[in-house]
Amino acid sequence: MSGLALNNVQKHFGSVRAVEDVSLSVPNGTFVCMLGPSGCGKTTLLRMIAGLEEPTGGTILLDGRDITTVPTHRRELGMVFQSLALFPHLDVAGNIAYAMRIRGASQAEKKKRVGELLEMVHMAGYGDRSVAQLSGGQRQRVAIARALAVQPKLFLLDEPLSALDAKLREAMQVELRQLQQKLGITTIVVTHDQREAMTMADQVVVMSGGRIRQAASPVEIYRHPADAFVADFIGSTNLVPLSVENGVATAFGKPIPGLAVTIREGQQLSVRPEDIILTPAGEGTLSGRVAFVRDLGATIETFIDIEGHRLVAASTPRDRPTVNVGDETGLSFHIGNAVVVSA
Amino acid sequence: MKRTPPKSARDVAPIVYPAIMLVVFFVIPFGTMVTVSFFKRNQGAFYTPDFVLDNYARFLTTFFGGVLAFSLFLAIMVAIVCVAVGFPFTFFLVRLKRRAQIAWLLSLLSVLSLSEVIIGFAWSTLLSRTAGITNLFVALGLMDRPEAWLPGFGAVLTGMVYQALPYTILVLYPSLARLDWSLLEAARTMGASPLRAFFNVVVPVSRNTIVATLIMVFVFALGSYLLPQILGRPRQWTLSVLITDQAIYQSNMPFAAAMAVFLVLIALALVGLTTLIGRREAEA
Repeated sequence: MSGLALNNVQKHFGSVRAVEDVSLSVPNGTFVCMLGPSGCGKTTLLRMIAGLEEPTGGTILLDGRDITTVPTHRRELGMVFQSLALFPHLDVAGNIAYAMRIRGASQAEKKKRVGELLEMVHMAGYGDRSVAQLSGGQRQRVAIARALAVQPKLFLLDEPLSALDAKLREAMQVELRQLQQKLGITTIVVTHDQREAMTMADQVVVMSGGRIRQAASPVEIYRHPADAFVADFIGSTNLVPLSVENGVATAFGKPIPGLAVTIREGQQLSVRPEDIILTPAGEGTLSGRVAFVRDLGATIETFIDIEGHRLVAASTPRDRPTVNVGDETGLSFHIGNAVVVSA
Repeated sequence: MKRTPPKSARDVAPIVYPAIMLVVFFVIPFGTMVTVSFFKRNQGAFYTPDFVLDNYARFLTTFFGGVLAFSLFLAIMVAIVCVAVGFPFTFFLVRLKRRAQIAWLLSLLSVLSLSEVIIGFAWSTLLSRTAGITNLFVALGLMDRPEAWLPGFGAVLTGMVYQALPYTILVLYPSLARLDWSLLEAARTMGASPLRAFFNVVVPVSRNTIVATLIMVFVFALGSYLLPQILGRPRQWTLSVLITDQAIYQSNMPFAAAMAVFLVLIALALVGLTTLIGRREAEA
């Protein structure tokens, strides 16, 4: 099989199980985002792919070749570190040319390639600058150019954009994705920012507690989360507790129309804020009291308390009935977009 | 941080105490020494105040020139060997578990508690023919008969490196402990073997620390006068040995003072030169 394959990979640090039985296949040219809260094992998994940590179990294959025990420097990869790890004693060109220097490239070759790479990351002419003179975004670009210098088979990035401010980060996400599509290189990014993952990835791998919760395309993950954790972690969602009364699926004692009665105890209905429709009081499936209104201009978020549970509805100003804090309001669900999930 | 010039006595107060200490315990003794170095020596007596350059003129001979050159060479060698051994050692030390690091640092500190005399005689026993390590090599079949490895340059160098190595490691430790390990990992992802990454990244990044440590060990080794006498032949005696000899046994204070002043000046000049070279390279 061509591409990267992880088979039952695990990593235990003493009694700590950082990564537990992870299997994943990444076809060549795919952009994968590993997403999860801190401590979920995503960085450890990336470091194992890079060879910086050795798995305590399982195998890692690249294009069908077992690379589990191949040392990092023979893996033909490019990596961008969270700290960027630019060499402070070398200038920009020296940093970018380092991998070529290791491979014994000639001065002319190095110069040509450094020029190309600087061009690629929109930093032509910066070759003789010192790393310390660069801005955060420029350092980021240099780190990316450096990692791609010798056309690696795998491009790994560990929280690459976390040091940038919000606006620059969004611009870099788009740029990174376009660069990856142009080069067609297999790319794995570790991030805790779900927007970042949604922007860039072909495949999002949601991790928690050292395990993969779901691996699928961003849209699939958003629309059909595998479980309550994924639903809650990707975007925001309302988790409505479900039960079955008299053969009808109910929430807060009210029957939910359109929901099949195959509900098991403990299951929840995941409804995105934009799939909750506010209705005048007394109408709709459920009713509750408005606790808070967050008017963001383009959308208005209404926080509604129902029997101690809080639901958030996001509506556009046009199709939202006028309700204020303290008012009774009715609400119903776009049941077709809601998903039943287990905890 | 913005600096404002001190305005009142209150602003100056904090440095008064250190200033007094520096004057009393450094400037005055050193000034006395400089003054004495120009005094005239009375044969058979002590010295009389005067201003003569005889004391300085005297060591512009090949004998004292040779001793000075050897003293500098020995101190430089000790500094280089200490850093060459201590730097990789500390590099591995900071990666050990905390408990192991503490054990190592404690045993290194315990070496510091040994006096120069004990170190000297311990090494003279270790390197001797009768009770030395060569007997062990003979027992292991590595050598035919035990040999004496002293007195000689190798023995002096060994003893002095042993004495200075703990300082070297303690000076290198904080800097290497703060080293950004991702630099090394980055080099490895770009195809550098661990050894190559060490020389391409760790060494250049730590250059200032290495230069500072070299200077410190150099200055430390320059003052050594016991070990060369215990472990070396007269040929390996340093200027410090001659200074002691002149001051204590020949009662020639002016000449001893002149040699001491000269040694300090040469050491300062070398340190200055090293710093200058370091700065020039940093700018390049």
